Amino acid sequence: MTGLARTPIDDVTLRLADTAAWLTTPLMPEDYLTLINPLWSSRELRGRVEAVHPETKDVASLVIRPGRSWSTHRAGQFIRVGVDIDGVRHWRTYSLSSAPERGDGRVTITVKSVPGGVVSTQLVHRTTPGTIVALTRPEGGFVLPEPVPSRLLFVTAGSGITPVMAMLRSLARPGNMPDVIVLHSAPTREEVIFGPELRTLAGRFPNLHLHLQYTRSSGRLNLSQLPDLCPDWPERHVWACGPTGMLREAETYWREAGIADRLRVEHFRPAVTTSAAGGGGHVRFLVSGREADADGATPLLVVGENAGVLMPSGCRMGICYRCTGRLRSGRVRDLRTGREYGEEGELIQTCVSAADGNVEIEL
Amino acid sequence: MKTISEADTEEFGRELDKIRDDVIANRGEDDARYIRRVIAVQRALEVSGRTLLFASVLPPAWLAGTAALATAKILENMEIGHNVLHGQWDWMRDPAIHSSTWEWDLVSPARHWKYTHNYLHHKWTNVLGKDRDIGFVLLRLSPEQPWHPYYLGQPLYNAILAPFFEWGVALHDLEVERVRGGDKSWNEVFIQLREILRKAGRQVVKDYVAFPLLAGPLFLPVLIGNFTANMTRNVWAHTVIFCGHFPDEAATFTEEQVEGETRGEWYLRQLLGSCNLTGGSLFHIMAGNLSYQIEHHLFPDLPSNRYAEVAPRVRALCERFGLPYNTGSLLRQTVRVWKRVFRLSLPTSPGGPERTAAPARLQAVTAPAGYTTGIDVLGRAPALRGASG
Repeated sequence: MTGLARTPIDDVTLRLADTAAWLTTPLMPEDYLTLINPLWSSRELRGRVEAVHPETKDVASLVIRPGRSWSTHRAGQFIRVGVDIDGVRHWRTYSLSSAPERGDGRVTITVKSVPGGVVSTQLVHRTTPGTIVALTRPEGGFVLPEPVPSRLLFVTAGSGITPVMAMLRSLARPGNMPDVIVLHSAPTREEVIFGPELRTLAGRFPNLHLHLQYTRSSGRLNLSQLPDLCPDWPERHVWACGPTGMLREAETYWREAGIADRLRVEHFRPAVTTSAAGGGGHVRFLVSGREADADGATPLLVVGENAGVLMPSGCRMGICYRCTGRLRSGRVRDLRTGREYGEEGELIQTCVSAADGNVEIEL
Repeated sequence: MKTISEADTEEFGRELDKIRDDVIANRGEDDARYIRRVIAVQRALEVSGRTLLFASVLPPAWLAGTAALATAKILENMEIGHNVLHGQWDWMRDPAIHSSTWEWDLVSPARHWKYTHNYLHHKWTNVLGKDRDIGFVLLRLSPEQPWHPYYLGQPLYNAILAPFFEWGVALHDLEVERVRGGDKSWNEVFIQLREILRKAGRQVVKDYVAFPLLAGPLFLPVLIGNFTANMTRNVWAHTVIFCGHFPDEAATFTEEQVEGETRGEWYLRQLLGSCNLTGGSLFHIMAGNLSYQIEHHLFPDLPSNRYAEVAPRVRALCERFGLPYNTGSLLRQTVRVWKRVFRLSLPTSPGGPERTAAPARLQAVTAPAGYTTGIDVLGRAPALRGASG
């Protein structure tokens, strides 16, 4: 079932809020109530960070209590998190690493701090319990089907383990764990995110096989090793998550085996190459009336945000199409491929498109 | 009579750009905390005020409640609403405090205001025939506006406008006078009017029906308290806003003068057309920092809490370039505004006896309304309409 079931209590609450709005107009009752508790907002989903647990030296899990209007996620899904840094809200996408069955009304995201990453370093190293963050509801199709297939293979690397961890935690109930093989790569033993928990799970469930590849000593996992590590790989449903290069390799491998439909992938980092930069130009955001000069390497999404436009945004890597805006005039360049495109009236993805000359966009 | 060279004007503009860049470069956490705190204080004051009014069987409770509510409404309108609608806080990317989502506790819809105020008034500040805020189409506040017997009553009109200022603003945004000129269709006016009525309807129901009814037997004290709070806010806003552009030192301009204006000239016009008010920090907050009218007009989208900090730098620049920096106390400026309202209710000839009233230096540099003839503010040939006769 999709959507949220409305109970009679919800109906009464809604009707009360509508009535109370006559007293708070032009604001809503929640504009006052959220001053007492920010999580009461129904217009904007928010969460309170209740704990920050270090996982490795540059990775931490944040335990977040989401406010009203949260909906339970499916293991493997992601959320977007809005963090205020120096007074400015920044949005990033993170997989949920907790199982939906967690049961205490809290969820976790697990974040790796990227060198120079404004948001990730803030979340990992400078976030204290009590911090309020903006959230979106869980989304994404990188999930286990119902019923869960009897034989699974997870191929992950680095922080690509996070959505898979949610799945493993969700499956980790007596009698519930199917035949699972996890092939996970990390530079060293110390840098394996959830290392102790993964090993504990493998000890607890005889049908969970864990292969950890320490790339610094043993080199990268080569898919030609796959038949050795997992002889029945063609029969398994596969979930892969990690760096773009690894995912491309996996896609090729399974496609050539003629079983591309068995492989599901989740991209983590934007596949943006700055070398594809074009000329840049003056950008006019027609709806908001803002204007800005853009270089040919900065996504229009960032240009708009810096100009104070409330830009719709999502994955920031060109996959979710939440950031699209209608092009009125000009041409843009896809930063992933370097391709120049854009017809009048075309919906363009602002997160992976930069101005190639002057641009007018309906945002 | 050119007293600031084109080169100096552009240099003046570049210096102002620098001030602007400095503020933008260190805008951050503290500013965000400031606006959120003002909003929290405002909402707490409003709730306290309305709660106290429910206890208004006791006269001190009525008085305190009304005062708290009036204060909340002033803050909401001036330091929060006006400035949020200018986009001063858009950089935070918080949809709850953003010019595109904000609606204020006034009868006029924010969307209409953003057009007539942010665009027409701020782009065309004090340009006759363009800036509809000169006298709000109701009053004659510049001698270049041709006199008509209608203006004989303008002290009275202004006195009535003050307590009903929010209604005046709502009607002002309709721009009915543009229909006569064919610039606007009646259809557009009716669509806008419907929006105003919908918004105003909810405002009226809130303050004059819902809250009084909730108070039960105290219906009347609550209604009167709410009415008093709205009137107080209106008179205060009217007073502060009129002091921003209509004291005698403020210059008016013609469309010819501003044609092809450079950025430096635009800055110069904003400076010459605006007047500051002096006072303490609480006064500035209650004035929505429009007491820094000059800084607001130079940098309409910088956070209002920063105007106090940039004001000394702007003033120093004015001294360096020999430009006036108009400022005075609220009382002094209000008296000047009212004098002007009275004086211009009568037919005046431009360049009349008042000409000598301004110091020679000001006359040379600025074009105070009332004696714009022949003064070339922007370093161009004088071409003032209606100023020759």
